[in-house]
Amino acid sequence: MLEIRGISKKFGDFEALKGVDLHIGAGEFFTLLGPSGCGKTTLLRMIAGFEAPDSGEILLEGKDMVGTPPEQRPVHTVFQNYALFPHMTVAQNIAFPLQMARVQADEIDARVQQALDNVHLPDKAGAYPAALSGGQRQRIAIARALVKRPRLLLLDEPLSALDAKMREQMQIELINLQKEVGITFIYVTHDQGEALALSHRIAVMNQGKIAQLDQPAQLYNHPNSRFVADFIGQCNLLEATVTDSDRHHADLELHHIGPVRVSLAPAVTVTKGQRCLLTLRPEKIRIARNLHALVDETHFCGKIHDTLYLGDVTVYKVELAQGILLEALLANSGNHASERFAVGDSVEVAWNSSAGHLIAEP
Amino acid sequence: MGRWSRQLLTLPPTIYLLIFFAIPTVIMLFASFRFPGDYGGLAPWYSIEDGSYAFDLTWENWQRLFESTIYLELFVKSLGYAVITTAICLLLGYPLALMVSRSEKKRRDLLLLLIILPFWSNFLVRIYAWMIIFSPTGALTMAVNSLLDLFGIAPVSLMYSPTAVIVCMVYVHLPFMVLPLYANLEKHDPALLDAASDLGASGWQRFWRVTWPLSLPGVYAGSILVFIPVLGMFAIPDLLGGTNAIMIGNVIKQQFIESRDWPFGSVLSIMLTIATIALVWLGTRSGHRVKHG
Repeated sequence: MLEIRGISKKFGDFEALKGVDLHIGAGEFFTLLGPSGCGKTTLLRMIAGFEAPDSGEILLEGKDMVGTPPEQRPVHTVFQNYALFPHMTVAQNIAFPLQMARVQADEIDARVQQALDNVHLPDKAGAYPAALSGGQRQRIAIARALVKRPRLLLLDEPLSALDAKMREQMQIELINLQKEVGITFIYVTHDQGEALALSHRIAVMNQGKIAQLDQPAQLYNHPNSRFVADFIGQCNLLEATVTDSDRHHADLELHHIGPVRVSLAPAVTVTKGQRCLLTLRPEKIRIARNLHALVDETHFCGKIHDTLYLGDVTVYKVELAQGILLEALLANSGNHASERFAVGDSVEVAWNSSAGHLIAEP
Repeated sequence: MGRWSRQLLTLPPTIYLLIFFAIPTVIMLFASFRFPGDYGGLAPWYSIEDGSYAFDLTWENWQRLFESTIYLELFVKSLGYAVITTAICLLLGYPLALMVSRSEKKRRDLLLLLIILPFWSNFLVRIYAWMIIFSPTGALTMAVNSLLDLFGIAPVSLMYSPTAVIVCMVYVHLPFMVLPLYANLEKHDPALLDAASDLGASGWQRFWRVTWPLSLPGVYAGSILVFIPVLGMFAIPDLLGGTNAIMIGNVIKQQFIESRDWPFGSVLSIMLTIATIALVWLGTRSGHRVKHG
């Protein structure tokens, strides 16, 4: 559907994109995720036609789009601050792309009404954007971008201006909408939670390159680099040296902590003596005063260094060795005060050998 | 805010308008019913004869206004000058304001400075400068006439013509059009043009569907700032128009200075004020209609 080959772009001395390759399938909900300045917005603006790459190709259904102005691309964008026309009513805003395409007037009316129904705002046709709430403006912006049935819908941090509750609701609506219309969505965000919740696939970008491209669960459980592990969710990163390995397992010496055995993901190979990083998600660590370690589990003793009560869960930072902190989550599922620990308590932590994921460090 | 403090806030502008607009207008209205003084100014408005007061007021000045169509024609002609000047200022000023608002931020201040630069020299000096440009031996006239000669057209005189008056009025008032337009255009969100382009609008469509309608408040503000002073203008037609291009402002000035007929000058001034207020009111009304669909 969309193929991006070797796209590079420089702004003065700043290299915004350094040879990006991407292949996005039809009907996919694809996300470009990364910190600000990673090049994700530049890439999106190139797909829309607002920026031209210095080199590389953008093929939409086999046709090179480079050089085609935005108004001639079958690609529409939902802008960060909606960019609704303030002097037009909601209906006039949605009718705009149809008028530009010289659609018959009576057909326009029908399609505008249909678009308003799709975003659950059928009675807002006559309102001006200034009279709408943030969530409503967002929906109108989406309706306007979808009404002409583009081949591709680009969304540039569309939920960043909404409050947390509204954002979650819009996320669900976006997923459903995308399923209904079946149009390929390319979504840009710096919010990893949003990316995980919405996407079929995510490209994590860093400094003008794609750091990792995978499905959300793969990305979360098997990050391929320190950057991705750190950027997506909370993650413990423990430095280690490989002491022994076979195809499925590796024995590690965690620096300052002790030996541990991990199972290896198929793509990961390590050799004896290699330095690597063990990534451990906080929610995969068991924590208790007296653990009965199971088979396949490694357990260590430590002291509670900090606690952070978040309501649904409590975050404990456990000091395993001098200066080495391990973050663990405990769901506050029961009312048992005994489950809670105070700073300075001695605790035991344990995790399954398949809980950790190994990243080979160069 | 309480009712009283809110009224207190509107007090300063109310007092200002009262002193500088309402009271002079009332004085002028009163003067329009009096007789001219023997040596200019106004004759006393009452006299005492045999110990009883008598009013010396008259309708004559107002009757004179409607006795012939000459003054009405002058009003219409002045209106024509004002409309043409405003239209040309808009045509020239809009692209200029648009270019300044879309130029690099660093350069904008310099460009704005250049636009208001003519204000640094005296108004009359600038009109005299145009007299030099338009004079029969001036470079512009010579160039125009030699060009016309190529096509076998008889030479023309630019000086003392409606053209000279309009050119100079456009020159003098252009900044009043450009500045409000710039203030408006500069505030437009560039994302709106991106959105229009993204949704299939070409360059012209982006302008007529997005930029132009959003700039209408600036267009009205600039047009009013040009239209009002031009409607009452007398200095430029005096110096550049000769007898060929007289505007209502010239006649008013004539009444007060040369004819020493203050009462009739007051009549014409009041008519000019009424005409101006009526036209501006009409303009803003239609402006509102456009803005709110």
